[in-house]
Amino acid sequence: MTAPRPPIAMLAELTHRCPLACPYCSNPVDLARQDAELDTADWVRVFDEAARIGVLQLHLSGGEPATRRDLETLVKAARDAGLYTNLITSGIGLTQKRLAALDAAGLDHIQLSLQGTTPEMADEIGGYRGGFARKMQVAEWIGAIGFPLTLNAVLHRRNLHQLPRAIEMAVEMGARRIEVATVQFHGWALRNRDALMPTREQAAEATRIVQEARLALKGRLVIDYVPADYHSDYPKRCMGGWGSTGLNIAPDGAVLPCHAAQTIPHLTFDNVRNRSLGEIWQNDPAFNAYRGTDWMPEPCASCDRKTVDFGGCRCQAMALAGDAAATDPVCVKSPLHGILQARADAHAAAEAPLVYRAAPGKVTAEPAE
Amino acid sequence: MDPADIPSLPRGVRVQRDTVRETWVLLAPERTVTLDDIAHAILSEVDGKASFGAITARLAARYQAPEDQIAKDAAGFLGALRDRRFLDVA
Repeated sequence: MTAPRPPIAMLAELTHRCPLACPYCSNPVDLARQDAELDTADWVRVFDEAARIGVLQLHLSGGEPATRRDLETLVKAARDAGLYTNLITSGIGLTQKRLAALDAAGLDHIQLSLQGTTPEMADEIGGYRGGFARKMQVAEWIGAIGFPLTLNAVLHRRNLHQLPRAIEMAVEMGARRIEVATVQFHGWALRNRDALMPTREQAAEATRIVQEARLALKGRLVIDYVPADYHSDYPKRCMGGWGSTGLNIAPDGAVLPCHAAQTIPHLTFDNVRNRSLGEIWQNDPAFNAYRGTDWMPEPCASCDRKTVDFGGCRCQAMALAGDAAATDPVCVKSPLHGILQARADAHAAAEAPLVYRAAPGKVTAEPAE
Repeated sequence: MDPADIPSLPRGVRVQRDTVRETWVLLAPERTVTLDDIAHAILSEVDGKASFGAITARLAARYQAPEDQIAKDAAGFLGALRDRRFLDVA
């Protein structure tokens, strides 16, 4: 195999701690404990290594990255290394004073999550009373400082009807971009398919609303759209291709090709505590496992879309087909496509309570009534 | 783009040298645009003060190229950046 091209983006999951408990959290079901987290010096070294192997975009995420007390120090170190710094946050834990400190540290951009457009919806989905009011206050402070802002609205069966208002809110907040992200069923979301799966009609309506808003708001608000996966005919181009453009660092320093990669049981992952990022990117068997197209079985191997979507999502193939090398069952060419479509409709018609994400190092919460 | 328009890079958008790939890039929120020599030359003239007309006149003089052709290329490039909210125009 030829040497891989350098990675462009790195997602740094600084912590799995978070005041919210969203039932679609993309963190693994087995959360990293606080005492396992990389310390400040480790992260600073990792940012430096990342810049030296070609990473340009750094996404500081979690959990809630603001729960790290050294966030300002980490932002400054990342900027000093030459990285573009993006903070992915719920806003909870950010104060006016901390935002000013992040501004001084050189933070480039903020992506603010939106669980709903009303306090009732947002606080129920986030499992955190008062969260919505707090978030609106933080959005105001972000606007006052002038940080470039992207609003990230996560949508599912319970709140898809709020999409038009979410787009309006992005405009009102002065956001340059909104990410309209239909829930992807990984991590905790996989346990909530009966509660969150959108109906086929909702998915089509969302696509229509996005298309209309893109025209109406051209040049004012950019709309990125992640459609409902299970209702699609072709799978998503996950991570732009495994091990091709991005990598993910878990709170404990594990280096992953994507945030859900630990759900593939036969893969083991190296750690920044043991090896340099460059060596891991180039040589780690987990990164090479699904890199390029050589690993593909049929029907992917002879498919003319194989470099368009790379066979879809490996973690979803694992979860739904029981084989990480299988064609993503979302694909019309997968033998499981028909079954998945039927299951999607069944999930969408079901009723179930939300299963909230647990806190790291504690037992799983019971479903809320 | 009209000749009187004044383009500028908004906060959170910057031109940076990519020393690993040995090229210039435009870094924007969660996006990276690789700049070829022409794109880099155009953005090097965008300082928040110069008008679009002044920028194309300078580029035409420097590269000894017809100004209407430069204006067409630059308008296409900058217009696409504006649509993505990577460029402000006053």
